[in-house]
Amino acid sequence: MKNPVAIVGWGETALGVVPGVTPLELTVQASLAALKDVGLQRQDVDGLVSCNSLVQPIMYHAEATAEYAGLNPRHCLTVGTGGGTTYTAVRHAAAAIAEGLADTVVVVMADSMRSFMTREQAMVVQASAGHPAYEQPYGPTVPAYYALIARAHMDSFATSEAQFAEAMVSSRAWSALNPRAQYRDRVTVDDVLASRPIADPLKLLDCSIVSDGGAAIVMTSAERAADLCEQPVYLLGFGEGHAYEHVSQAQDLTCSAAVQSGQAAYRQANVGPADIDLAQLYDCFSPALLIQLEDLGFCAKGEGGEFLQSGATQPGGTLPVNTHGGMLSHCHPGNPGALFGLTEAIQQIRGTAEQRQLAKVDRVLLHAQGGIMSSHATLIVGSSQ
Amino acid sequence: MTDRQPTRVAAQQTPLSQPYFDGCNVGELRIQICPGCQHGQFYPRLLCARCGCEELAWQSASGKGKIATYTVVRRALSKAYEAPYVIALVDLDEGVRMMSQVINVNPDTVASGQRVTVCFQQWSEDQAMPVFTLDEQS
Repeated sequence: MKNPVAIVGWGETALGVVPGVTPLELTVQASLAALKDVGLQRQDVDGLVSCNSLVQPIMYHAEATAEYAGLNPRHCLTVGTGGGTTYTAVRHAAAAIAEGLADTVVVVMADSMRSFMTREQAMVVQASAGHPAYEQPYGPTVPAYYALIARAHMDSFATSEAQFAEAMVSSRAWSALNPRAQYRDRVTVDDVLASRPIADPLKLLDCSIVSDGGAAIVMTSAERAADLCEQPVYLLGFGEGHAYEHVSQAQDLTCSAAVQSGQAAYRQANVGPADIDLAQLYDCFSPALLIQLEDLGFCAKGEGGEFLQSGATQPGGTLPVNTHGGMLSHCHPGNPGALFGLTEAIQQIRGTAEQRQLAKVDRVLLHAQGGIMSSHATLIVGSSQ
Repeated sequence: MTDRQPTRVAAQQTPLSQPYFDGCNVGELRIQICPGCQHGQFYPRLLCARCGCEELAWQSASGKGKIATYTVVRRALSKAYEAPYVIALVDLDEGVRMMSQVINVNPDTVASGQRVTVCFQQWSEDQAMPVFTLDEQS
């Protein structure tokens, strides 16, 4: 990247079920934790990028966060949409640094889907991703939207429900090693297949969890980063792909714009799938994970099921995926979910991931998507420039 | 006082989409056709999403098509919806795709590729919505 940028700090709040702390307070807690990690003070922050809360939206969310925490940023940006926005926000923060809008930017995201909404409210809020005239009236839930994609993949490539189930098996194999993960009990394929049907072919254990929590990172120029911390995490490549918004408008149900976002990120970072030591993917539902493995080039189109079955993504596998446990098991408060993929990547690159630590972590690919496999962003980070 | 009955989500309507929703109330499934490039599109828009033409015509579709993909919803969206129900993406013979429900069917017998035909179900007091039933499978 021109004017290279690095991540120098990270922080998280309590995760999982965190009643009694508002989404805004979680946002502030995560920001302070990230500053403490890098040893900076509140007055050092001159840029703030935050993601709005679905539970308690605030019109000027970044400004409200700054006001509450006593920050005085000269650049503020609130991002407000779904999961794919996470890495787009990181990219905007990098652009702000490169353009001189700010020198030290906090990117922070937190929400309280678990404790501040009933299950029913959370379902209805999330299902509003559907078209208000031509989809929502028919009563699709978010799992149902992804089930349409899962069925199409089964029809096209003979993918099986047992293969989708491997997503949760892999997730729990990692989360069992992570004391901060919300769900840590290991499961088998049979456990997933026997779990409660939600929207055929998806069962409860094909679906991500609902959580409270937040995360934040601190970004600055690569030049300053080396003075601030021992192991900066450098931004090496970024790409986006946007194919549609509503699933009924998808030209191709089984191949997503992750292809375009991945290719752009690989090109900018000058690496390919074989160079990636760790992939932190967007596992909101098992078919989303499976299709990303294909579209990002880790296996051929149609072979995502076999790839998951091979154990490649699990501890000891050739492509560790979501070593924190992902949104299937670790923490998924709604829009902030993908930022935990990045805080985990930072720990892996620093060598502080404890039981989950991988032997070699020089290049990490992170992917997030929003809508129903609609909007995609891929970020590649590394231990060196 | 009685508890208010839960109601299904009502479609947001605009003057532009009125021909579509009026059509639903008289048993016609209307789609937009571009006189310039002959592209049919769903949902209704201000312009042809393919060629950009802004003079779109309405055509009554055959109402026949096939299931592109589907799901059986086992955990309903809200109390207004009774699980299980089948949601499908339907490819109309006119070449457009729409989301709908497949009704009057044992959900376990639905499969992608099956032929379906539109019918109209009263969704609220003053609005019917297009849903589909399975054709006799040959």
